[in-house]
Amino acid sequence: MKKLLILGAGTAGTMVANKLSHLLDLEEWKITLVDQDATHYYQPGFLFIPFGMYSRSDVVKPKRDFVPHGAELILSSIAEIDAEGNRVHLADGRVLSYDFLIIATGADIHPEQTPGLAEHEWGRSIHTFYSFEGALALFKHLQTWRGGRLVVNVVENPIKCPVAPLEFLMLADWFFHEKGIRDRVELIYATPLPGAFTKPIASKLLSGLLEEKNIRVEPEFMLEHVDPDAKKLVSYDEREVEYDLLVSVPLNMGAEVIGKSGLGDELNFIPVDKHTFLSPKYSNLFVLGDAAAVPTSKAGSVAHFAVDLFGENFVRHTEGLEMQPLFDGHANCFIESGFGKGLLIDFNYDTEPLPGRYPLPGVGPFTLLQESEANHWGKLMFRWMYWNLLLKGQELPLPARMSMAGKRMPATA
Amino acid sequence: MATRTIAGKTVEVNEEGFLINPNDWTKEIAVELAKEEGIPELTEAHWKVIEFCRKDAGATGKAPTLRRITTAAGVSTKDMFALFPKGPAKKVARISGLGKPEGCV
Ligand SMILES: Cc1cc2nc3c(=O)[nH]c(=O)nc-3n(C[C@H](O)[C@H](O)[C@H](O)COP(=O)(O)OP(=O)(O)OC[C@H]3O[C@@H](n4cnc5c(N)ncnc54)[C@H](O)[C@@H]3O)c2cc1C
Repeated sequence: MKKLLILGAGTAGTMVANKLSHLLDLEEWKITLVDQDATHYYQPGFLFIPFGMYSRSDVVKPKRDFVPHGAELILSSIAEIDAEGNRVHLADGRVLSYDFLIIATGADIHPEQTPGLAEHEWGRSIHTFYSFEGALALFKHLQTWRGGRLVVNVVENPIKCPVAPLEFLMLADWFFHEKGIRDRVELIYATPLPGAFTKPIASKLLSGLLEEKNIRVEPEFMLEHVDPDAKKLVSYDEREVEYDLLVSVPLNMGAEVIGKSGLGDELNFIPVDKHTFLSPKYSNLFVLGDAAAVPTSKAGSVAHFAVDLFGENFVRHTEGLEMQPLFDGHANCFIESGFGKGLLIDFNYDTEPLPGRYPLPGVGPFTLLQESEANHWGKLMFRWMYWNLLLKGQELPLPARMSMAGKRMPATA
Repeated sequence: MATRTIAGKTVEVNEEGFLINPNDWTKEIAVELAKEEGIPELTEAHWKVIEFCRKDAGATGKAPTLRRITTAAGVSTKDMFALFPKGPAKKVARISGLGKPEGCV
């Protein structure tokens, strides 16, 4: 029996286990998944929890429900990866050997890395929606919050789903409007980026939208520390931003075990080939999802396209054939913009998000880089697709590689 | 893609003014690009960072992120902001003749 070991049974690990269980002969292959947490979280849903649009039960399901037939899920924390010895040490003392290893341990928030952030005001005037507990606590807080200055801050990039902070602000604009207190709330976005988004055309269009909604951007703001008593953010170049309520997107890092095993970069993300996900160092080691240091967004949609293209490529590799440079960095993200509307961006390593229609040129139903109700419904439908199709490794009627059909270059970029 | 002449040398640059080919880079070009970035004079501390970035990019094939520079070159983030105000990683990458760092996607 050949042993395929998958570390992390989150979005990417679950999808790839399902995909490969169809492509590999399970008489010859044993697939094992390891995860420390029995619960699967639908993380995109964390965005909606603070505003009461989703509750606990919308975003959690048991991981077991998504483990393919014939594969085993071991519940334990991973203590060390010995890539030289083709072995993985679990925290419960077990040692697992493998022929092929797929690392999909994701990324998580580290508020303790920023002085003042996760101290006595954490959970009081400082919140986050980047974790399940955080989103629930923020929901409670917003129920009784009477208004003031709400600052959303991204500590450092890269972060999971780089549009989520913008979505939070636009939903907050709508939420406070509905509550009748929008005139008593100031909304500010303090970001290390020079503008609203990472890529120029989308950044320009999104900035316009934020302006319309009276959301102020404080660009190039690199947070040095938080002063939790004076309630202000202080940047490295000594700018100060005061807040009444801070909604933080803390530093995102790969799993600690990656650093400990000597596999990661400064943020514990693992360098791999950006088209095949193969490690340049170990020919039987792959990294999928947020754990990989590749220059595309850390998003579930990216992981989906990646896994779609990875499956057959992996089989080629196990048969001794050369892998094909298939993955193009394709990302496809709905952006909630409040008041029952949303935007959609579709891009890859080489092409920035452009306006147009998706997936059918001229028809849509989704509009690229432009607000529409269809996009809002798309975003809400995504949850159903995630639980029922994506995790189970089923094909979507969408091409995995980005297509230029339906996109256009704006006249003045 | 456009070409322009910097410090007497004609080089290819992208829309954001980054050199396309890191091998076109010279110290004289760095001095000129630094001026455009609002840094009138490159001190020894600047050169230390520039040299680190050139070397690191030579090994990894891409411009280092701010976190990479601070952990691997031993310069504090605070000092980086003092040396290359506002976006330090992006500024030093441009002055060093490298592409834009990939930290933000
Ligand atoms: C607020 C928010 C909003 C988002 N919105 C969107 C969106 O709209 N669209 C979109 O496409 N994406 C979105 N994302 C991103 C998306 O959720 C992630 O990109 C995706 O879940 C990544 O999958 P992954 O498998 O790499 O990591 P994960 O799904 O996080 O899985 C990692 C797994 O590894 C396990 N693990 C880690 N370390 C260990 C260890 N030492 N031992 C054992 N197990 C371990 C964890 O328990 C976890 O189950 C959002 C994320 C957040 C936080």
